[in-house]
Amino acid sequence: MKKVLEKPDSFYDEFVRKPGANPHSTHYCPGCGHGVVHKLIAETMDDFEIQDRTVFVSPVGCAVFGYYYFHCGNIQVPHGRAPAVATGIKRALPDSVVISYQGDGDLAAIGGNNILQAANRGENITVIFVNNAIYGMTGSQMAPTTLLGQKTTTTPEGRSAANEGYPLRVSELLATLEAPVYIERVAITDAKHVMKARKAIRKGIQNQMEGRGFSFVEILSSCPTGWKMTPSEAKEWLGGSMIDYFPLSVLKNKNGVHPDPDGARKQSNGHYVSRSEILKIVGAGSSADRRFAQPTVSSGFDNPRIKVSGFGGQGILLLGQLLAQGAMLSDYFATWLPSYGPEMRGGTANCHVIISNERIGSPLVTDTDVLMAMNLPSLDKFEKDVRTDGLILVNSSLIERRVARDDVCSVYVPATELADKLGEPKTANMVMLGAFVACSKLLSEESILASLQAKVKRTEFLELNRSAFNAGFESVCQ
Amino acid sequence: MSRVLIKGNEAVVRGAILAGCRAFYGYPITPASEIAETAAVLFPQVGGTFLQAESEIGAINMVYGAAATGERAMTASSSPGISLKLEGISYAAGSELPMVIVDIMRGGPGLGNIAPEQSDYNQMVKGGGHGNYKLIVLAPNSAQEMCDLTMRAFELADRYRTPVIVLADGFVGQMMEPVQLPEPVAELPSKDWCVNGTAATRDNLISSIYMDPDELEEHNAKLQRKYDKIEQREILWEEIETEDAEIILVGYGIVSRILQSVVEEGRKRGLALGLLRPISLCPFPAPRIAELAETTEMFFAVEMSNGQMVHDIRLAVRHKRPVEFYGRMGGSVPTTQEILAKVQEHLPEKARI
Ligand SMILES: Cc1ncc(C[n+]2csc(CCOP(=O)(O)OP(=O)(O)O)c2C)c(N)n1
Ligand code: SF4
Repeated sequence: MKKVLEKPDSFYDEFVRKPGANPHSTHYCPGCGHGVVHKLIAETMDDFEIQDRTVFVSPVGCAVFGYYYFHCGNIQVPHGRAPAVATGIKRALPDSVVISYQGDGDLAAIGGNNILQAANRGENITVIFVNNAIYGMTGSQMAPTTLLGQKTTTTPEGRSAANEGYPLRVSELLATLEAPVYIERVAITDAKHVMKARKAIRKGIQNQMEGRGFSFVEILSSCPTGWKMTPSEAKEWLGGSMIDYFPLSVLKNKNGVHPDPDGARKQSNGHYVSRSEILKIVGAGSSADRRFAQPTVSSGFDNPRIKVSGFGGQGILLLGQLLAQGAMLSDYFATWLPSYGPEMRGGTANCHVIISNERIGSPLVTDTDVLMAMNLPSLDKFEKDVRTDGLILVNSSLIERRVARDDVCSVYVPATELADKLGEPKTANMVMLGAFVACSKLLSEESILASLQAKVKRTEFLELNRSAFNAGFESVCQ
Repeated sequence: MSRVLIKGNEAVVRGAILAGCRAFYGYPITPASEIAETAAVLFPQVGGTFLQAESEIGAINMVYGAAATGERAMTASSSPGISLKLEGISYAAGSELPMVIVDIMRGGPGLGNIAPEQSDYNQMVKGGGHGNYKLIVLAPNSAQEMCDLTMRAFELADRYRTPVIVLADGFVGQMMEPVQLPEPVAELPSKDWCVNGTAATRDNLISSIYMDPDELEEHNAKLQRKYDKIEQREILWEEIETEDAEIILVGYGIVSRILQSVVEEGRKRGLALGLLRPISLCPFPAPRIAELAETTEMFFAVEMSNGQMVHDIRLAVRHKRPVEFYGRMGGSVPTTQEILAKVQEHLPEKARI
């Protein structure tokens, strides 16, 4: 019982971080509730012997200087964001005890979404919510919890429901959520109520230690300075008007419920992963340590700048990726650049592929060496960009017109028909790829097939794609 | 070790994992979402945390919490999301928390569009948030560098206890290239300043508050000394054909790739072009630019913005040489031919070889 008179161990004996002359008194005003709440928390930390495990998160508000007092690891955080910061701490340190301490402006106004979402995720943290119905630190402005008619510097005539809405009952709001395990509202009016508050704080922290999940203790607390009252008037108003509007009760208590399964998942993180596993996970050494020789390239196809274009669903991007992958496996430099965003949703897709023996500058293909046009809009749009003597591969199944220019080489491939014959029209892209490889001799068949293997996991698709590639290849050779 | 063909955005996540980062907090936004999506797959596999936060504000504050415990932590977003993170970034700079923030820039202002721009230069390089802070800003221009510079970002963040930005555009994020995956970092630095729920860190405090003006001034002075040190040691850039160049093109990110092609094309046409590519935008390679100003005739900055980096070039050149600018905005990417034409409009006589 020595602690009734002495400071708890979890409180600093001298508040050396606090500037000014008196390192033994707090910075709080006479009659302020924060100091009482602090003491209750520190006593609990002592009782549970968690001083070393505790990480205390100070808000922005009068409790911003929580670290003057709590003798444990302290983190001071941006206004309203304590629950988000606490999330980051707790996920990193599942064995710690994270106490997130907030005022009503901090928690219910600017940080409203942060507390809602942390509660809804069931973060295994303890939130101490000090509701004094006002912004104390900034000089008595209205809080979301300010009572109707209550005068503040920003509601000089008193809060009106018409202009500012009704005071927010945060505990009730959070109690509608599935995840929180414990929500209680207490008040620090008299000794009896303080004992109840103490119990609530203990329960909130114990829940966390047992891995049960999100606990929330709302504490109605006086702010004589902000309320422009003497400490005793403040106490009276707290016990009367405040409790009338914010009834004291346990709003949620998932007693006896098995520890939150989510909590268990969070705890399972942090398992050891070896170097070789890490390398495997990031993909190193997986698909293709294989290398393929560069074939003798047909003239005019050195370092080609290629554009593949068609409509969404034709596998345009994959076609380009297989080219780039095959090039990589053949020790070329390669870039692949997709059209992305709304352009694609409009139904057309295209990608730019550059394959080169030298380091590639711009990955953009404007001056085009090879155009693979899988549908008519693609030919219409990009035909003009092909350089003189360049190659245009036309999907003649879907494009009825001929290439208008006579200074380019045009090859007509009935890609969709050939794919249809194989029973899968979606492999038209592979037919086109086969045709291109046959024309250019840029890459070996093996390198393309190895790329296919890396990209297409299911064996039946692999076979189908291989047949389509061959069909395209042969259509050109004939 | 073998190479993999991956997007820049995917390379960022792999770099982060190889750097020992095990905490990712994000919020979806195009064109950065693949970073979060890839992290959602890979981070749990390596025993890390992935969480989709309630907002970018939530995400940066979760990173703040994770970083405070000494963990390597990161987030990624795109321009509008980065705007929301700025308060948190300022706090992290003030509290000296190491963290990595990836910005895959898109068109602005406002909702703008999702096409690539480089208009967050000022926001990232000049502070953006409140207070006397600077960030380290790295600008990759390939998928390989998205991996490598993310790893370096973590190293620098820890070395200097400061947030580091990986600043790329939609193209660098979306582009696929072969990437050689480096070795995982074997040992992470110990952080005796962190708060990790142990007796050893019981007296530690992570905070950016200094109520006393003298103390805050001293804290700021200490930050400035740190930034000076970073400026002396950590400038990164690349040069192509600058030795005899009469016009030095300057660009970063995807633009530097296009400028490389411009130099090649220009040289073919007998123009003495060279390229200086800042890799670190902060610290900026101003000393090298000043040096080059002694010999070259002019500088030509190209950006996908209204001209933000060009001011840093002008500061470095100190009016010794003309510094011309060409920019595109709104997500249009300048082509090699287009830039070459612009350069030719400004051609000094001497620039013809
Ligand atoms: C982004 C931001 N907006 C506003 C402020 C100013 N501010 C500091 S404390 C505070 C309100 C604090 O009120 P409350 O959370 O109720 O705590 P109390 O001081 O009453 O304990 C405000 C608005 C700030 N620090 N940061
Ligand atoms: S202003 Fe109010 S909340 Fe702040 S210390 Fe004074 S009494 Fe407490």
